[in-house]
Amino acid sequence: MAQMINVALPKGRLGEKVLAIFEACGYDCPSIHETNRKLIFENEQAGVRYFWVKPSDVSIYVERGAADIGVAGKDILLEYAPDVYELYDLDIGKCRMAVAACRGFHDNTERTLRVATKFPNIATTFYNKKGRDIDIIKLNGSIEIAPILRMSDVIVDIVETGTTLKENNLEPIETIVPISARLISNKVSYKFKNKEISKLQQAIAEYCAQKKDKI
Amino acid sequence: MSLVRFTNEEMAVMNLSSLYAGYGFKQFKMSKFEEYDLYAENKDFLLGSSVITFTDTNGKLMALKPDVTLSIVKSVGDTRLNTEKVYYSENVYRVDKGTHQYKELMQVGLECIGDIDMYSLSEVVMLAKKSLCEISPRNILDISHMGFLNGLLDETKLSEKQRSAVIGYIREKNTIAIEQICADNFVSEKVKNALVLLTGMYGPFSMKIDELKKVSFNDAADNAVRELESIFGFLSACGCADGVNIDFSIVSDSGYYNGVVFQGFIDGVPTSVLTGGSYDNLVHKFGKDAGAIGFAVYIDLLERLMGGDRSYDVDVLLVYDCDTKLDDIAKAIGNIRADGKSVRAAASDNGTVKYRQRAEMRNGEVKFYGSDD
Repeated sequence: MAQMINVALPKGRLGEKVLAIFEACGYDCPSIHETNRKLIFENEQAGVRYFWVKPSDVSIYVERGAADIGVAGKDILLEYAPDVYELYDLDIGKCRMAVAACRGFHDNTERTLRVATKFPNIATTFYNKKGRDIDIIKLNGSIEIAPILRMSDVIVDIVETGTTLKENNLEPIETIVPISARLISNKVSYKFKNKEISKLQQAIAEYCAQKKDKI
Repeated sequence: MSLVRFTNEEMAVMNLSSLYAGYGFKQFKMSKFEEYDLYAENKDFLLGSSVITFTDTNGKLMALKPDVTLSIVKSVGDTRLNTEKVYYSENVYRVDKGTHQYKELMQVGLECIGDIDMYSLSEVVMLAKKSLCEISPRNILDISHMGFLNGLLDETKLSEKQRSAVIGYIREKNTIAIEQICADNFVSEKVKNALVLLTGMYGPFSMKIDELKKVSFNDAADNAVRELESIFGFLSACGCADGVNIDFSIVSDSGYYNGVVFQGFIDGVPTSVLTGGSYDNLVHKFGKDAGAIGFAVYIDLLERLMGGDRSYDVDVLLVYDCDTKLDDIAKAIGNIRADGKSVRAAASDNGTVKYRQRAEMRNGEVKFYGSDD
């Protein structure tokens, strides 16, 4: 008997796109489009159970096995290094992790660099590789204000179009790593629900390859 | 019927110990403390996990054991002439990955150190599989071989650092990153395809072993395949070859494992509950000419497994009034216990004890309320 796959979807625009891909691959779930206060939606025929969670929590649900699979940004995977399988690059939600600073910023290498970021691990690894001594300022949002108020020298954050940066008189100065959405799986679920997860992975890979060809 | 409901963990410790003892393994009892030097010298083996240290009365720096294998390797099996087979159930102290705090963890495991022939090797893998079966019928043993992977990587000119990156991607089943790193470092098409195949490979041993043979390019890899085949043949002969899969994502990035490596999984536990493999390199580092293989079962992970819960504290709550004679209470308790039930006597039911059935004593008579199911 086929087992149900629990899927953690990231709330928001990316999640809507991901759901559309899953639905196009035959994992539709009509009840998810009804307006109500339900949190969990399932379609027994398709063998899926979806739930929306905060994007940065997807990897936690998957790592702890509450969700068998999920979709998370590479930024989250790099930052938290969850013990999960990274099965596929969905090639959506594309952006980059970058260092940004006030326009005309000059890096004074004789001083410790103050870095404001939501991603302390990514920032630390990046600057460790360069051998640069940094002072991490962990923030939870509105990172752009930090350099404006001179609390930090630079920020490490996700840059999509760069509009927010521009409007605040900031500019990206270095790309750390390109980011896109990844299909991740709990390592044990992958074993016990291997048939179902492999089938889903393959369907999604085929769909994404097809879409790429069209472009 | 025993009145004490053993927890999953207690059951597992008992069942596993008797399994290992049944195959002639001796119990190895050790102190909770070990000289810190042992861990300082073997940091790579512990993969950077931190150790709780303290100063002994004579000024020596000591540690609470973060690992059992090192202590056993240190004490037994000096040569290939005397093969030691030991098992243990011990607490170890490690930093929990989730909370970043020290935790006391229960481990049961075994080690076989000395002249490791094909039988000893197969026996340990078989006991790993049987250990999983003792815990739950819904189990999987994943198996792979460091010798195979190293054989394949030897065909490339990747540096130590890049090799460890490749192993990291294999652990993530991240085929895209494997393709990328191979392209960046001019790895031949043949080896790249083999690495991609290994990364994606998952399935029953009998179905995947032929795929593995096709990408075996050198003697090291061929030997590894032969070893895996012998082990699987032995498992089949012992009737425990079901649910044995080939999976290279379980390979360790510790340089100490050199041969077969395996991990065990139980449906309902989101991480591996058993890890093991052959670690000749570690034994050699201690200056001993011997081989070794072993595994550990992480008992505390079984806590959340279904079946360990119960919804009541006692079978019967016996409520007596102030006029009841002590003799009568004793007699009533004796009768209930003789029925194989647990009973708690109290002057009143104040709601703190959960029971299945309630009994009241009035004028020396016992009256039961409610059914006992």
